[in-house]
Amino acid sequence: MPASLPDVDPLIARLATTIAPTLTPDTVIVGIHTGGVWVAERLHAMLHCALPLGMLDISFYRDDFSRIGLHPQVKPSNLPFDLEGRAILLVDDVLHSGRTVRAAMNELFDYGRPASIRLAVLVDRGGHELPIRPDFTGLTLTVPAHQNINLSRLDDGHLTLSLA
Amino acid sequence: MNPQLTADGRLRHLLTLDGLPRAILTQILDTAESFMDVGEREVKKVPLLRGKSIFNLFFEPSTRTRTTFEIAAKRLSADVVNLNIATSSQTKGEAILDTVDNLAAMHADMFVVRHSQSGAAHFIARHVAPHISVINAGDGRHAHPTQGLLDMFTIRRFKGEFHNLTVAIVGDVLHSRVARSQIHALTTLGVPEVRVIGPKTLLPTGVEQMGVKVFHTMEAGLAGCDVVIMLRLQSERMKGALLPSAQEYFKFFGLTPEKLALAKPDAIVMHPGPMNRGVEIDSEVADGPQSVILPQVTYGIAVRMAVMALLAGGTTA
Amino acid sequence: MKIHIKNGRVIDPMNVRDEVTNVFVAAGKIVAIGHAPADFHANRTIDATGLVVCPGLVDLSVRLREPGFEYRATLESEMLAAAAGGVTSLACPPDTDPPLDEPGLVEMLKFRARNLPGPRVYPIGAMTQKLEGKMLTEMAELTEAGCRAFTQADAPPTDTQVLLRAMEYASTFDFSLWLRPQDVSLARGGVAHDGAVASRLGLPGIPALAETVALATILQLARETGARIHLARLSTRESIAMVRAAKAQGLAVTCDVASTHVHLSENDLISFDSHLHLVPPLRSLRDRDAIREALRDGSIDALCSDHTPVDEDEKQVPFGESAPGASGVELLLPLTLKWAREMGVPLMQAIDLISWKPAQILGVPGGNLAVGSCADICIFDETAEWVVTPKALASQGNNTPFLNHPMQGRVRYTVIDGHIDFESLRF
Repeated sequence: MPASLPDVDPLIARLATTIAPTLTPDTVIVGIHTGGVWVAERLHAMLHCALPLGMLDISFYRDDFSRIGLHPQVKPSNLPFDLEGRAILLVDDVLHSGRTVRAAMNELFDYGRPASIRLAVLVDRGGHELPIRPDFTGLTLTVPAHQNINLSRLDDGHLTLSLA
Repeated sequence: MNPQLTADGRLRHLLTLDGLPRAILTQILDTAESFMDVGEREVKKVPLLRGKSIFNLFFEPSTRTRTTFEIAAKRLSADVVNLNIATSSQTKGEAILDTVDNLAAMHADMFVVRHSQSGAAHFIARHVAPHISVINAGDGRHAHPTQGLLDMFTIRRFKGEFHNLTVAIVGDVLHSRVARSQIHALTTLGVPEVRVIGPKTLLPTGVEQMGVKVFHTMEAGLAGCDVVIMLRLQSERMKGALLPSAQEYFKFFGLTPEKLALAKPDAIVMHPGPMNRGVEIDSEVADGPQSVILPQVTYGIAVRMAVMALLAGGTTA
Repeated sequence: MKIHIKNGRVIDPMNVRDEVTNVFVAAGKIVAIGHAPADFHANRTIDATGLVVCPGLVDLSVRLREPGFEYRATLESEMLAAAAGGVTSLACPPDTDPPLDEPGLVEMLKFRARNLPGPRVYPIGAMTQKLEGKMLTEMAELTEAGCRAFTQADAPPTDTQVLLRAMEYASTFDFSLWLRPQDVSLARGGVAHDGAVASRLGLPGIPALAETVALATILQLARETGARIHLARLSTRESIAMVRAAKAQGLAVTCDVASTHVHLSENDLISFDSHLHLVPPLRSLRDRDAIREALRDGSIDALCSDHTPVDEDEKQVPFGESAPGASGVELLLPLTLKWAREMGVPLMQAIDLISWKPAQILGVPGGNLAVGSCADICIFDETAEWVVTPKALASQGNNTPFLNHPMQGRVRYTVIDGHIDFESLRF
């Protein structure tokens, strides 16, 4: 187990730096509940986006629904803009199998037809099961299959990564 | 021992709101909240129940209720089959279980059942295989739990909380499965005062034991109410031994602007539909600013989606 | 056939006997109690050590379902079931198809029953033709054919004038009328007791008033006509009070209740189990407790099974569409014992309610163990525990609300007319 994981804030800052040159005025940032929204909120502020932040809850699109049922706290998705023809920057905290991202893209297409979708993740931990790769990555790690990497938010709003 | 719940307390069938824990009612309402926007999107569908077969089993005709269940199922991407089965005295009984067995053999995952007999949904739920869920879409005078839930959803949307409300249910409580489900939901969700208003011929024996206060005049019953729920008066009850005439009923128990003025100024008016204008409710009230009758219909779809999603999920665990 | 019933606890309510002793049977009669008569050589000795030996049970309502309802049960199956329940005499209501309203039908039933093993069958004739409540039957002819009384069974008369005429006519010959008090219009459409439970479940109600209003009419007409009335299947506290008062005023009425109603109430309906769809409906706990008390204080004269076997398909439907009634002739004894245990009532008093007293109401021999009486004897194990399952029941009707319930008390031998008609093989 790695002795310590890096601080989150510098990772997000680096992510913002790499994203900034690619941003067009009509790009919207959409975070995936819950950790992706936290990262997206930071990016949204750092990148001075004019358009409001979007949030996705992919509970209704999960492919393991019939096995594990509905998540007990489903939050409504909130996309306060028209998706049609837009460039979307999809943000999640950790990329693992890629199933969450697939579900998120399915949901996005049910709202309309975006011009493009690019993916930004705080951590790419490996273990991909689908042909989905991030366009922007804060940190690349190799984490054994039996372990999980989690982003959590402290009461003061501070974000931390942990391994379990 | 609640036949609606699994051993670990999850929802297995939805047969009645009587005896369902508050946490489950709240979970359904919360889930419905997140389904609300699906109806406003370009693609009004989520893939949650893709590949599942839902059978609308209507032993009693009802286009409205069946349609809302159908829309809800389709928005969840389920395959829906509608069956309207007329009950003739010759084929009743045997036919029910035969029908259920046949559909189960077609790999049904869920039955939405409406029947004229109280307890019919319980009866079918007792009979089906463990992987099949039953939703009661109205059984006799007993229960109409999804209607009760959508009414709670409506109240929560307009009033926010339940713990400070006075709710009046007006009219033919005796024959109303809707009223029974509303009463159980309201008392479970912590509404401190639930009232029923009607002539003695339309109130069931011992209705107080369901936790309601009984009133026989609108003047006394509506005073201080936050929510006024009008019940439909079936046409066959309007004449004869229960009531002398629709006119007399409207005069004493119909909701007019004057009578509504007795309730709180911000009281909302609800009706499960279809309405008899001029019998239980004046058009001016039904179409007025305090009426939330149309939102009820909209919310009905999200609530039914929530119920189906909660029942269908995790069944293969 | 000579039988020596050895060493049993002999309980005979009529003769106030409760002692461990021997009973000797020969030629269909009880020939001695205690010591064997001279030259008595038993063909069969039953070791009744640890068992109770009592008069064969007399059940005031057992539907044998013939003629007309053979798909529900047959004479063979139900007479065997009755014998297995320790019943040696039974009254059979006329609600067959066609109803027992003609002497020929009654004779046929008696003839069929006589040629089968099992209890003595006493038909109760229809009070009106086809049980329609309009025209009186030929009560005198029917009595000659073997009817012990007349009744409308569960089709109470709608026309009070017909009831009055029936009482006048029956009292002319001193025939007995067995009436289940129910006002048809007040009960119309109902399937359950009109109370808090039915209201909650949305089941159309039958108010207690339906019974008391009809009972008031019956009692008033009985006073006026002097007819002999037996009130069948009382179910409410108020009606029991009315009968108690009528008896106190010297009116010659008797009454019974069904054993189901001694134990169950409306509260049991909560799962919509159609096996609990009974006639009269299961009433409130208050009513049930009044029944239990009235049995103890003697206000209720007899307990019966009101045995009503129905086809399984008729119960495999929603509650309100199901055929009412419960199979119960094999549960009469254990349910009576259960009541006695729970109420602290002596065994002799409990047995009295299902043997001697109903025999008096029916006006037939049996129901006692006096020397010289007919040898109708029930031998049971008071402590034997068993579970009610379709397999454990001989009746073709498995429709009992007590399915899968444990019971205590089981019949080991039933002696009818000096023959062992039932003997339990599993001890």
